Parts: sequence; C-alpha cells; structure tokens
Amino acid sequence: MFFVTAVSAEIAGFPFESESQEQRFRDLSTELRCLVCQNQSLADSNAGLAQDLRTELYEQVLSNNSSDEIIRFMTERYGDFILYKPRFATKTLLLWFTPILLFIVAVFFLIRFSKFRNQSQQVQPSEEELKKVRELLKAQEQKK
Amino acid sequence: MSQPAENETLPQEQKPKLWVYLLPLGLFGVLMIFFFFGLGLNPRLLPSPLIGQPAPDFSLPKLSNPDETIQNVDLTGEVSLLNIWATWCTSCRQEHPVLMKIAESKEVPIHGLYYKDQPALGIEWLNNYGNPYYDNAVDMDGKVGIEWGAYGTPETFVIDQEGIIRYKHVGPISWHDWQTTLLPLINLLKNNNGV
Repeated sequence: MFFVTAVSAEIAGFPFESESQEQRFRDLSTELRCLVCQNQSLADSNAGLAQDLRTELYEQVLSNNSSDEIIRFMTERYGDFILYKPRFATKTLLLWFTPILLFIVAVFFLIRFSKFRNQSQQVQPSEEELKKVRELLKAQEQKK
Repeated sequence: MSQPAENETLPQEQKPKLWVYLLPLGLFGVLMIFFFFGLGLNPRLLPSPLIGQPAPDFSLPKLSNPDETIQNVDLTGEVSLLNIWATWCTSCRQEHPVLMKIAESKEVPIHGLYYKDQPALGIEWLNNYGNPYYDNAVDMDGKVGIEWGAYGTPETFVIDQEGIIRYKHVGPISWHDWQTTLLPLINLLKNNNGV
C-alpha cells in the first residue's frame, strides 16, 4: 500500500486537497463497517449504501470535520455496529476483559494443579511422616 | 498461598476433587448457553440508535407533485408510520399487500420515503399495485436515508404524536408483525396522547 501515497491525493474518484485528508479518508473507511455486507468495511464494499456512506465520509473529510465528529455522525444514525473496533463502554466491558480474566483463571489452575508443585510438596515430608517411615523401616529391619 | 493440610500429610491421596472433573462440563454448558442465545440472534437486525429520538430533519419533494415538499414536521400530530421503499427492492413488493391492508384498516397513516429510485417508476408501481401511502417523499440520492440510518429496505418506523421515533422494523412487515407488534404499540401510543 506504500506506493499509493506516492501518487496524487486521489482515491477512486475522490480527489482530496491534501494527503492528510486522503489518509484520514482511508483510515476511516476501513474502520467503518458496511451494514449491508457486514464482513466488509466501507472501503472494501461495492454495495450501494457503502458507496453513499463513502460519499458522505468524503464530504465530511473535505469539510475538515474531525474524525470524532464523523464517527459520532455515523454511530448516531447506525449505532455502534458500524464501528469495526468495539468502543470501550460499560456494556462492552465483558468483551474487553474476558480474555484477561480467562488468562488469570488459566494461570491460577496451572499453578494450582501443576506437577511441579506436587513434587515440591513431596520432597518435603512432614516430621510426622518421617517418623512413620522410620518406624516402618525399623519394623522391616527387625523382621530380617 | 496456604495449602490444604491433607495435601501435605497425605500426598498419595492428592486426587483432584469431583468438581475439577465437572468443571469442563460446566464450562461447556456456559458456552452452550451463549451459543443458544448468540446464534439465535439475527445479525441483520441492528438496534437503531434513533429509537426515542426525534425524527431526523428532512425536506424532500413529493412523489405525486415534485413542486411540493414534505418535511419531518409533517410527521407530527398523530401516530404514523414511515416506510422506506423502492421499486428495485423485491421485499418491498412482498410487503406491499400488507401495507395495503394496514392502509385499509385506517389505524395509522403511512408516510413513504421513496429511496434511491426514479420517481416515474414509483408512480407506475403505485398505479399498478395500489397506493397505501398518505404521501411519499422522494430521496433520490439516499442522503435522507442515511439520516434515518437506513441500511436495508424495506424499513418501517413508528413515530408518535410528538414526532419521536418509537420503533423500527427492518425487513418486510408481515400481517403477523402488524397484529402482534406494530398495532399494539400504535394503540398504546394513541392512548398515551396528552399524558
């Protein structure tokens, strides 16, 4: 994709005034989801709605609306679903923290049930156990 | 971390407890519950952020007379439906007879947003199949459709007396949808008038 920026600031019929505008258009159109073909971004999709939303995005980038403003515009109309990357909000906390939580739980079980831990316990028999062992050994000796 | 005493004294009895064996089954069960509800959802039905919001501003030419305009203030005063449709939309053809029946019931006026289509085709459609609409606004470039968060025609909004969007139905309305969801909501909104 590097060679694209070397060419003039224009993407598929959308001429831009500057390369920063072009970059912003490119970034935003890959961050926003096409709602008709849901596994494609606005940049990838040829659906009619994606074209319309690209035009909308283009006009807003040209009028130098901030990326936050544009994302607000889109989510006010289409909801958070239009964002590929879920927002960090109360209702998405579970989504964001489940992997970390699962990792912590996994580490806990790993330590709790590891072979290494059991072995380390066995090499340190308690005083009581040692006593028992000595008694048994003694009894064995006496049998002989 | 402190260790259970029996592990220290009786290492030969360090068999995992029953719950350890049941844990994978339990996790599997939780996964199944998530799958049951998650896979039952239709990914095409997106919650509209417009519910509870005033109908978006627009001013568009009428289908029947391009010299006249329809604005969102025309949607206030009584409970109404706004139906987004086009002649290229096959599900709209499927929905059309239901809209005709709803119009016959005179429960609620249906406003049309004629979306990204040629006016002549729309007029022909209404002449051929019947006109369930109170009026139609022509949104040739789809700009107003974006304001309404339209992503798949047909879409139908229930708008209350104050012009607040109360419900959105995506896809063709069936007679069953009308009787079980839309009509009860419309009656509720009508009864709430003035409260």
